Amino acid sequence: MPAMLLLQAANGRLALGSIDLVIIVVYFMLVIALGLYLKKFTNTGEEFFMAGREMTAWVAGLSFISANLGSLEMMGYAAATYQYGILIAHAYWIGAIPAILFLSLVMMPFYYICKTHSVPGYLKLRYGEGARSLSAISFAVMTILMSGINMYSMAIIMKVILGWDIHFSIWVSSLTVAVYVMAGGLLSAIFNEVLQFFLIWIGCLVIPVVGLYETGGWAGMVHRIQTNFPGQDFIHLWRTTGSFTANPMGVHWTGLVFGWGLAISFGYWTTDFLVVQRVMAAKDLRSAQMGTIIGAFFKMMVPLIVILPGLLALAVLPFHLVPESQAGVAGAHTYNEALPLMLARYCGPGLLGLGITALVAGFMSGMAGNVTAFTTVWTYDIYKPLFRKDAPDSHYVSMGRWCSLLGVFVSIGTAYLVMNFSSIIVYAQAVFVFFIVPMFGTVILGMLWKRTTPAAGFWGLLAGILTSFALWLWVKFDPSALRLIAFSPHAKDMAENIYRAMWSLIVNVLVTVAVSLVTKPKPDRELVNLVYGLTDLAPAGHFSFFKRPITWAAAVAVGFIALNVWFW
Amino acid sequence: MEKKFISIWFFIGALLAIYGALILASGIYGLYAPPATAVAMPQLHIAIWWGVGMLLFGLVYAIRFWPNRNRPR
Repeated sequence: MPAMLLLQAANGRLALGSIDLVIIVVYFMLVIALGLYLKKFTNTGEEFFMAGREMTAWVAGLSFISANLGSLEMMGYAAATYQYGILIAHAYWIGAIPAILFLSLVMMPFYYICKTHSVPGYLKLRYGEGARSLSAISFAVMTILMSGINMYSMAIIMKVILGWDIHFSIWVSSLTVAVYVMAGGLLSAIFNEVLQFFLIWIGCLVIPVVGLYETGGWAGMVHRIQTNFPGQDFIHLWRTTGSFTANPMGVHWTGLVFGWGLAISFGYWTTDFLVVQRVMAAKDLRSAQMGTIIGAFFKMMVPLIVILPGLLALAVLPFHLVPESQAGVAGAHTYNEALPLMLARYCGPGLLGLGITALVAGFMSGMAGNVTAFTTVWTYDIYKPLFRKDAPDSHYVSMGRWCSLLGVFVSIGTAYLVMNFSSIIVYAQAVFVFFIVPMFGTVILGMLWKRTTPAAGFWGLLAGILTSFALWLWVKFDPSALRLIAFSPHAKDMAENIYRAMWSLIVNVLVTVAVSLVTKPKPDRELVNLVYGLTDLAPAGHFSFFKRPITWAAAVAVGFIALNVWFW
Repeated sequence: MEKKFISIWFFIGALLAIYGALILASGIYGLYAPPATAVAMPQLHIAIWWGVGMLLFGLVYAIRFWPNRNRPR
């Protein structure tokens, strides 16, 4: 296949035809129209911030997974797959499925039954104002920071692959999100996320379907990869993780299981309000649990549209992609272009517009997730308790609408800040691990152990955050410390994050337990509906076997195990 | 709280039907006037099949959840 076939414009950019532009414009018009249409249904705080708590399991579940399925993640993981092979699928399997199922079966009943508006709100009920304020403020800062970084990164990608002006990309996509979130709140965000879910899947599924046809199926693809990259293993999940040096990620299986699979994954999927908010908006507990399981199923399938295109790129591209550091070499394409190159390879006019719409939709769903979560946490967990406790409901709704707009503008500001200080991206990723991992220890001990005290909740969370921060600083100033933190001087950046997360969680749990043993717990009557043993968990017995969450969680778990064994 | 908003599935069906029709039309047009830049596996005419699939899927959803039918969300 001639190399010229792979790009649709001489300067390395994809050239969109008029039909592609029509598809993109129709999408923007529809999402704005949806937001404006839903505005009249979001008049109360419960409607604006929690979508009225009347979402079905399917709507809540697809929104839950769509808020996480950002276009940066899709392109980033396709690129990483080209670099590291199927090892990257750990992000979707060990790095997500156990945690999501745990959220559904163990934690969701507490979140749902206590009727909190947010995860920091649960900490308020369980531990008091200190733990809530610490988690709410850190979450708000982290969310806006990540939103701005994603916005900037997306604008850069649009510039690279389509030649769009950075400012145009940032303002048009951000203001579109602002309009529909400001108008319809979480309801509008959820509706759009479900819509975006379909676009992302239908737009990206073209690549594996046509790609596997071209290679003659999985076996043909593997054969081509082995021919193109002799001696390298791109198709095994666990076989090369027995030592730090046997795999290109520089990670050991202990780090994958305990650091990534337990600390980071459980921290993100069970306590990051961005995703949890979607299923908390379900109409009843069973729908919330089933929605989470539906999300787990589709998360398990995402490698089809992200990892497989990366593997197919290894098999069919007639040239080798290069790292970002070699981006300036004439004619060279970087790892990050793997997914756009595959789109261009198989998608002609129309389908290309659909594929680009899928990427834009992925960005917008992620941003809307950040903005709605920020708005709720700001209004209910920062503004209401700290600034104005007893205002009427309409005041908080109004605050939420304006806060949506403010959140978007602050994100835009962050994007421009990142544009001038790109090193912020590195720090922000580190910050993400600082806050999200210890949250899991604090929340789960609060749910399962009634002896956990309010003081322990606060100090355990703070100790976990400080541990992560201290370890990060230690390695920054003394890189040789890596051999102590990650057990090997060969550990790479990702491995460092994984092990840092693990230590942070361990310290969080130890401090929480220790402080609990020497301080006074809350009386039982204040822990009703918050702690195991004092909460009347909705019995699943009256549902038929096929309607019980545990049945479907088990089915997903079997699929998860089968995939790991299959690709061992 | 009684809500009467149109089902999200209707919007999804309508959008996919519109997109399917556009992509199908583009694929058929491509049979007679191939695009200037080629794609891999052109013999599959993937735009036609994808367009037909999206159009049918979208129509089924749009009709099934048509606004006047009071379908659940």
